[in-house]
Amino acid sequence: MEWLRNLMLPAQGSAYAGEIDTVYMSLFWLSVVLFLGIAIPAVYFAWRYRYRPGRVTPHVTHNTVLEIVWSVLPLLLCVGIFFWGLKGWLEYAVAPGDAMEIQITARKWNWAFEYPDGSRDAGTLHVVVNKPVRLIMTSEDVIHDFFVPDMRVKHDIIPGRYTEEWFTPTVMGQHLFTCAEYCGKGHSDMHGTLIVESQQDFDNYIATGGTEWEAYKGHMADWGKIQWERKGCNSCHSIDGSRSKGPSWKGIWHKMEKMRDGQVVLVDEAYIKESENQPQAKIVEGFEPIMPTFQGLIKPHDFEGIVAFIQSLGTQQAQQAPQTQ
Amino acid sequence: MIEYQVQTMAAKVGDLPRPKKNYLNETKGFWSWAGTLDHKRIGVMYLVGTMFAFLLGGCFALLIRLTLLTPTHKLFGKVLIDAETYNRVFTMHGIIMVFLFIIPSVPAALGNFVMPLMLGAKDVAFPRLNLASFYLWVTGALMAITAMVLGAVDTGWTFYTPYSTTTDGPVTLMTGAAFVLGFSSIFTGLNFIATVHKLRAPGMGWFDMPLFVWGIYSTALIQILATPVLGITLVLLMLERNFGIGIFDPRIGGDPVLFQHFFWFYSHPAVYIMILPGMAIISELIPTFSHKTIFGYRAIAYSSVSLALVSFIVWGHHMFVAGQSQLATVVFSALTFLVAIPSGVKVFNWLGTMYKGNISLDTPMLYAIAFLILFTIGGLTGIFLGTLSTDVHLTDTYFVVAHFHFVMMGGTVTAFLGGLHYWWPKMTGRMYAEKWGRVACVMYTIGFNMTFLTQFFLGAKGMPRRYYNYLDQFQPLHAFSTVGSWVLGSSLFLTAAYLLASLRKPADAPDNPWGGTTLEWHCSSPPITHNFEEQPVVEREPYDYRPVKHA
Amino acid sequence: MSTTPIDLPHGAQGAHDAGHGHGDVDPHFQHHFTTMEQQNDTAKIGMWLFLVTEILLFGGLFVGFGLMQGRYPREFVEAHTHLVRWQGSLNTIVLLFSSFTMVMAVDSAKKNKPSKTVWYLVITIICAFVFLFVKYLEYSHKFEEGWYPAKWYRGVGDAIPGSHGYATFFAFYFMMTGLHGIHIVVGIGLLSWILMRARRGEFSSAYYTPVDLVGLYWHIVDMIWIYLFPLYYLIQ
Ligand code: HEA
Ligand code: HEA
Ligand code: HEC
Ligand code: CUA
Ligand SMILES: [Cu+2]
Repeated sequence: MEWLRNLMLPAQGSAYAGEIDTVYMSLFWLSVVLFLGIAIPAVYFAWRYRYRPGRVTPHVTHNTVLEIVWSVLPLLLCVGIFFWGLKGWLEYAVAPGDAMEIQITARKWNWAFEYPDGSRDAGTLHVVVNKPVRLIMTSEDVIHDFFVPDMRVKHDIIPGRYTEEWFTPTVMGQHLFTCAEYCGKGHSDMHGTLIVESQQDFDNYIATGGTEWEAYKGHMADWGKIQWERKGCNSCHSIDGSRSKGPSWKGIWHKMEKMRDGQVVLVDEAYIKESENQPQAKIVEGFEPIMPTFQGLIKPHDFEGIVAFIQSLGTQQAQQAPQTQ
Repeated sequence: MIEYQVQTMAAKVGDLPRPKKNYLNETKGFWSWAGTLDHKRIGVMYLVGTMFAFLLGGCFALLIRLTLLTPTHKLFGKVLIDAETYNRVFTMHGIIMVFLFIIPSVPAALGNFVMPLMLGAKDVAFPRLNLASFYLWVTGALMAITAMVLGAVDTGWTFYTPYSTTTDGPVTLMTGAAFVLGFSSIFTGLNFIATVHKLRAPGMGWFDMPLFVWGIYSTALIQILATPVLGITLVLLMLERNFGIGIFDPRIGGDPVLFQHFFWFYSHPAVYIMILPGMAIISELIPTFSHKTIFGYRAIAYSSVSLALVSFIVWGHHMFVAGQSQLATVVFSALTFLVAIPSGVKVFNWLGTMYKGNISLDTPMLYAIAFLILFTIGGLTGIFLGTLSTDVHLTDTYFVVAHFHFVMMGGTVTAFLGGLHYWWPKMTGRMYAEKWGRVACVMYTIGFNMTFLTQFFLGAKGMPRRYYNYLDQFQPLHAFSTVGSWVLGSSLFLTAAYLLASLRKPADAPDNPWGGTTLEWHCSSPPITHNFEEQPVVEREPYDYRPVKHA
Repeated sequence: MSTTPIDLPHGAQGAHDAGHGHGDVDPHFQHHFTTMEQQNDTAKIGMWLFLVTEILLFGGLFVGFGLMQGRYPREFVEAHTHLVRWQGSLNTIVLLFSSFTMVMAVDSAKKNKPSKTVWYLVITIICAFVFLFVKYLEYSHKFEEGWYPAKWYRGVGDAIPGSHGYATFFAFYFMMTGLHGIHIVVGIGLLSWILMRARRGEFSSAYYTPVDLVGLYWHIVDMIWIYLFPLYYLIQ
């Protein structure tokens, strides 16, 4: 029945997932049995007792024994299911004391993570294999929800409070996480990658922001593109010129960008830095001030990459720039 | 006069001498309808109104499915609608289907028409209030449509704060529409309760009432007990949005989760406002078409009332991961399972009724069998959601979407269609094209399962709901679901077509085309304005198929 | 399972009698009822059901208040002390008294004393206005102090960071007493309508249902106040 489970449920990324799946599959089989127990008689009776003119039907008004049986049996089943569900849930409800704590701040439509040592990142969450993690979550605006299908965990993230969820990842590699509470325009783009790695890789990542970027030395624009995806810039900025929640990055390098208040700003490294740290300082004309700040979330070489990436997307409009004051 | 004839689909003119005047032609002209106090005409007006709502909501649904056909939403190279529009579309779909269509459809449209007939009464207790409820519905509908024209709202049908208090769009107007519709529903419920208490025909004790009446009565209890809470919640939402009253706003000390408690305190009972009338119809169809007395009359009657009562104490199962206290979560899960019992009791009793029956498979009965199958799936998947550990994974995914379409559409709408066909001859005096009815019903069932069975798999695999964009891996199932929605939609358009076509024929319906035993079959088709030529007196059980003749 | 046909009271047979007011029948009698008594009972059931919905309408607010009180116990208790107890008490007495006069109005209508009915109704209406006047005094005092609801709150406690409880308290205070006040205003309207009809001498021992129903409404409005009063003015 392994194949059936794989057909129906996502890959298992935690020990807990296995337990939930057992409950799920049992409920599935129970439902199949109950369903057939109802559907088969319904169809069979319709055929077996199909209409014959003049046939007289028995006048049976009730049968107390039968009625008690079909009330009490389901009740017992339900009690059983309840306790089984409770058991699995209790495990999920209380995080172990030795769990690594990571703070999550959700906002439209992006995730910011803060690790125990205070280092921060956006969009991508790194955790250590076989080590419980406890997520302490809050929101800056509306309700979001941190859902990791492979771990079978999910919890709402509520402004003005801290909520929690935890899991123990057991499978190394990349897993999807996604926002599961409706939060507006970018709700369906609010996903990211959970990277489950060895303690060593994790420590390295915390200390240096990872060494991954070193492989991109010399072609930082590619690294920038990865950041564009990982940090969640892609949920608002396209790179093909199409308009999204934010301006496309295509062709903005060294463009004279017109702001809401009428001033015109040259898109250069400093301006990109400012957009990242204080996005509300200057608002591009025609857009809403919805970009969240990424202050402290972007490591220097990641920033370098983003700038290179934006540069690589073309500067064709630079010539027009001087016309304006 | 009263003979329980056993026949299917004999399209012959009925037993009673057909009166020249009936409720449809007694008076004529716009005002004779707009100002009518006749429960039958009000029922018909509700029917027309809710059918338009269904059509509108259905068109939005088809648009949702079309958008989700591909992950890029491109059709012939063009993006169909953008994310913001998509959010508005599913919100409007949900609001229209819930508040404008399904809540009023069975009680206020069919119930209004049939219930007084079944009770042997001349009208409902408060005919003027009945008309006022209808106009409240119209007002609510107009407000909702105005809001739609003004750009619609993107809050989801659940209006969760703080999203709903901060997003743009005519949220206040839309909330106001739901508020007004709520009062329409309250007044209908109040009216029906008073009717059942005071206007039963002589000789009709509580346990001589048809089960449809029990279902509508239980529904009415929920309508008057739960809807006021929705009313106050929506008022708070409007105040919050426009004046920052702060009860739901965390920045000034409020609590957004409190809104969810209020909302579900209404909206969970509301799902039983939706299903109980559906079950009520099935409890009529099965004995009538099995030509056999209902099995477990009292059990079914009591289960309606107990569903109504239990529905008030399970609302927290919508908030297992939404930040309510852990104790509450456990308690609500335990209580949730209680609703499975009365639902099961009904299902088993219906099967017991079919056993050794004499079952004619006319269109209404086909819908009843479809109901049994679809509702069971919907109900059993509700158990997955009520179970704590599995709900954590499944909540807010397409699994929930599939669950509630199975119960609301597969349950209530299926029953509604069954009831509509069942009482169509009574309401209009015309038989519809039986063959097309059966074709449409089979198409409906196939299309329905294609559309929504797939969504269970999507959801369990991790596809969240209210998603405009989705991962490529989900595309095959989404595409299949979309194709299913076309089959489903076609079956409904077909239904509308042959039903409307039947209106163009001369009146041909017998008074009792199906051999029903309840009182509405004892008046002519269509009934006269005051329903019965003589005040009926009840002397037999409601579903007595013993071949006794008496004058 | 009753099987014997029941003797129908007179009038039940007249199915064709669309009869709004034939001969000896009361002009208020509606055709779909069998007897006047049945009609009056039905009207009363309707009113009771409506009152149930009213209670639930306020019930939501009471529950919300309770939950928020649990969240900000200290702030709520302190905010309570800013309400003026004599005003609340005075209003309680006024409303209780008006309930009494309302009972008397119904009673005198039942006993065929129309002029007394009129006078009792007038007193009831005056009480309602007194109540509203006291409410006006109360509200204007709150406004002067800056105790507006929620985000406009400018009063005491403002300076304590994070102690939003005061604002929430006054949000509930204004909503609940405000909603109740609206019910009083509606009540004044209903009472005046009944008063007009009573002056025209429409009510008698045979027909006084409207007086009865408005009376029920008025009692429920009082009763809600009886719950609001201790909730806001007596808790310290
Ligand atoms: C007609 C409407 C209707 C009906 C009848 C039901 C019926 C049930 N629903 Fe459903 N539900 C909705 C409409 C409805 N629901 C809607 C609209 C939502 C989502 C709203 C939103 O978020 O937008 C929802 C969401 C919803 C949730 C929240 C999911 C989430 O968001 O995480 C839950 C959780 O417990 C739930 C459970 C149930 C249960 C246990 C029943 C039970 O009543 C089912 C009982 C029936 C059976 C079980 C089948 C027959 C019984 C037997 C054959 C007996 C034997 C059975 C056993 C032994 C188990 N429903
Ligand atoms: C009664 C309730 C009801 C009904 C009947 C339906 C019917 C349908 N729903 Fe609906 N749906 C909801 C209630 C309902 N829905 C709710 C509450 C939500 C949640 C919204 C939210 O998240 O806020 C939702 C959400 C929802 C989603 C999820 C959107 C998302 O999360 O992103 C989807 C996606 O597939 C969907 C699809 C459909 C389809 C294809 C139908 C089809 O079955 C529709 C077919 C109908 C027609 C095509 C109309 C035909 C009618 C006529 C021709 C009129 C005359 C007819 C006769 C006389 C017979 N619905
Ligand atoms: C929630 C949506 C959102 C996200 C996520 C987002 N942005 Fe933005 N961004 C915007 C919007 C809207 C604007 C235009 C308004 C403004 O200037 O603030 C903008 C403007 C900018 C600009 C100026 C563009 C121009 O044309 O002048 C830069 C540079 C930028 N963002 C960089 C980033 C980077 C780097 C990231 C990710 C690390 C990012 N943004 C993530 C919404 C977003
Ligand atoms: Cu964030 Cu949905
Ligand atoms: Cu529910």
